[in-house]
Amino acid sequence: MPTKIEKDVITGTDTTGHEWDGIRELNTPLPKWWVYVYLATVVWGLGMFVLYPSIPLGTTYFHGLLGYSSRADAMAGVAEMRAMHGKQMQQIGALPFAEIQKNHDLMEVALTAGRITFAENCQPCHGPNGEGRIGYPALDTDVWRWGGTLDAIQQTITHGIRSGDPEARTSQMPSFGADGVLKPDQIQQVADYVMTLYGKGKPGVEVAAGQKIFAENCAACHGDKGQGNRDVGAPPLASRVHLYGDARETVVAQVTKPRHGVMPNWNQRLTPATIKAVALYVHSLGGGE
Amino acid sequence: MSEALAAPRAAVVYNDDVVKKFVIASMFWAVVAFLVGVFIAAELSWPALNFWPPYVNFGRIRPVHTSAAIFAFGGSALLGTSFHVVQRTCRARLFGGEALANFIFWGYQFFIVMAALSYVLGFSKSREYSEPEWHIIVWLVIVWVAYLVAFTGTLIKREEPHIYVANWFYLSFIITVAMLVIVNNLAIPVSVFAAKSYSAFSGAQDALVQWWYGHNAVGFFLTAGFLGMMYYFIPKAANRPIYSYRLSIVHFWSLIFIYIWAGPHHLHWTSLPDWTQTVGMAFSIMLWMPSWGGMINGLMTLSGAWDKLRTDPGLRFSVTAVGFYGMATFEGPVMSVRTVNALSHYTDWGIGHVHSGSLGWVAFITFGAIYYLVPNLWQRTGLYSNRLAAWHYWIATLGIVLYITAMWVAGIMEGLMWRAYDAQGFLQYSFIDSINAVHPLFIVRWLGGVFFLLGALIMVYNLVMTVRSPRTAPGLAGRFGAPLAAAAGE
Repeated sequence: MPTKIEKDVITGTDTTGHEWDGIRELNTPLPKWWVYVYLATVVWGLGMFVLYPSIPLGTTYFHGLLGYSSRADAMAGVAEMRAMHGKQMQQIGALPFAEIQKNHDLMEVALTAGRITFAENCQPCHGPNGEGRIGYPALDTDVWRWGGTLDAIQQTITHGIRSGDPEARTSQMPSFGADGVLKPDQIQQVADYVMTLYGKGKPGVEVAAGQKIFAENCAACHGDKGQGNRDVGAPPLASRVHLYGDARETVVAQVTKPRHGVMPNWNQRLTPATIKAVALYVHSLGGGE
Repeated sequence: MSEALAAPRAAVVYNDDVVKKFVIASMFWAVVAFLVGVFIAAELSWPALNFWPPYVNFGRIRPVHTSAAIFAFGGSALLGTSFHVVQRTCRARLFGGEALANFIFWGYQFFIVMAALSYVLGFSKSREYSEPEWHIIVWLVIVWVAYLVAFTGTLIKREEPHIYVANWFYLSFIITVAMLVIVNNLAIPVSVFAAKSYSAFSGAQDALVQWWYGHNAVGFFLTAGFLGMMYYFIPKAANRPIYSYRLSIVHFWSLIFIYIWAGPHHLHWTSLPDWTQTVGMAFSIMLWMPSWGGMINGLMTLSGAWDKLRTDPGLRFSVTAVGFYGMATFEGPVMSVRTVNALSHYTDWGIGHVHSGSLGWVAFITFGAIYYLVPNLWQRTGLYSNRLAAWHYWIATLGIVLYITAMWVAGIMEGLMWRAYDAQGFLQYSFIDSINAVHPLFIVRWLGGVFFLLGALIMVYNLVMTVRSPRTAPGLAGRFGAPLAAAAGE
């Protein structure tokens, strides 16, 4: 097909003379601003190559005139933040809780560190305010399985519960139903009695049999009045706060084949000083002893 | 009327059947992609939706959304329009006959269905935008090579002396995507009968290969391919010559050369060596003007034809698409700067950026092309309703604006919250604090998606009614091959 250069009447620019399916092209020169900005970005890019690490050289690379390192840059930022609380965190790690509590400055740092550490690590299970979830204990009440003193909380956070850590807190409730220690109707009776311990017993239901079963099988760990025993991690039953709920079928299920939750040992992840800060924070949520 | 056009030339009967099939597939997958997108946006807003059967949890169905949008909707549109454009601008029937064209169409659709099914059943390579396992990729490569043969075969047997710019872009898209897919999928299958495979690369190299692929999927699939579409449908719809031939050459070669280096900007502040990060950043900045060259050529082609925006809703989509293209290709280089990236990386700003490109550019330029193609392919003088197309335009535009502004605000808020620290040097906010803060914006994003989906449904209805209306344009007349009156030298 012969090419025919024509002048476009609207722009007054020549066409290139090519045509495809009715489409033609104008021979407009490159817009000057476009060329200049393009060249400016190329100069900028070359500048980056000179100033920053850029050219690979076998096993090493050209480090750039600024000697920049993104890792060093990031670590400098972390160091700057750490410097703001480094001295206090060191003291928190070294001093006993009683001394920390007397020092307003240290307490401020500890509760701040504890709050954010709790929010990033503990909140998914224990809830934003430590209110707990089904299967995950509430931390804002005075009902504690393993103790609510600062030392007890520190111990729990450090080594965890059934975590595999040699010093982890461990307890195991027998499977009264699954192992045939109690018969199904006995479990129903003991459940009726246990519900009276926290005020949900049904009026008119005879609980004497259940009370007898409780005394023989449960009281050794949970106490004769269901008050619990922290030495073996037996939860108080005479309480409004329940790990798995207070419905009758929940009690029956737990007696039949109990669930045993796991909490990680945070010494794998957090420093001792940070764990102390978290303990102080958890202690402050409402139930600290 | 020029002599060239007046000269009698042998009529070429084009293969429009395969183009029609791809147009239908493209619209079908558009609705699927947008519907799934709306659903996963709802999952992010109301997480309980994740606890349906495992097939629809976010992790499995998010790749269904991205693959349906990019490869099914976008891919079908690219294959279909490239066959339309290459035949007409070469004055040659598609190379390889009906059989090859049909193999490409059905083979590509089979790939999409296989990929989507594998995701919901839990199979994934876990490489973003490259999730299908090796056996599906092997099939894709076979189909893609057939596509390359059909396209280049048509170019070779062309009757026009020159190759039109749209075809440069389409060809670069086909060749580069083949290279990207093959290299990023170099993997050792566990066994011939197992879907699982392991990447041939490891560690930072593996990450670099993945983002070399990922960024150039954006560069060559979502940019070069759709620029090819733009270079045909805008001058056709506007009935104006391309603004600058020289600009098309310079920006084409610049784009091709520079894009391929930009991938490392996806891995700022990671274990990728610093020198590689600098290379990615520098090339990303240099990519700005080559990208804008396409925008300039698209917009300036409308000189003398801007009035057509009032009457041609399809052209309005195309032009708005070019605007969004310009915006996204400015935003991208900015986000690739290491210091900006420190704020924007891993936040929803990235999601917003991708969607101003995918909804604003890719989807809109495709809508413009399809609004042009359907009346022409099915031989109607116009759409069933220009009014409905205008409604589609405004509803979809509103959807995009809701989507990207919500994601900008959410992304910048997340970036600022994640780095905020207090007077004692501790992080101010936890991750869940930032999730709570952006939750309302997630709902706005979902609403934006609903608008976009609604617009697409209006489009499908309009197109179906157009096809069902009586044939009004005989043969290949209408706008096909119509001379450009404005360019005629008087």
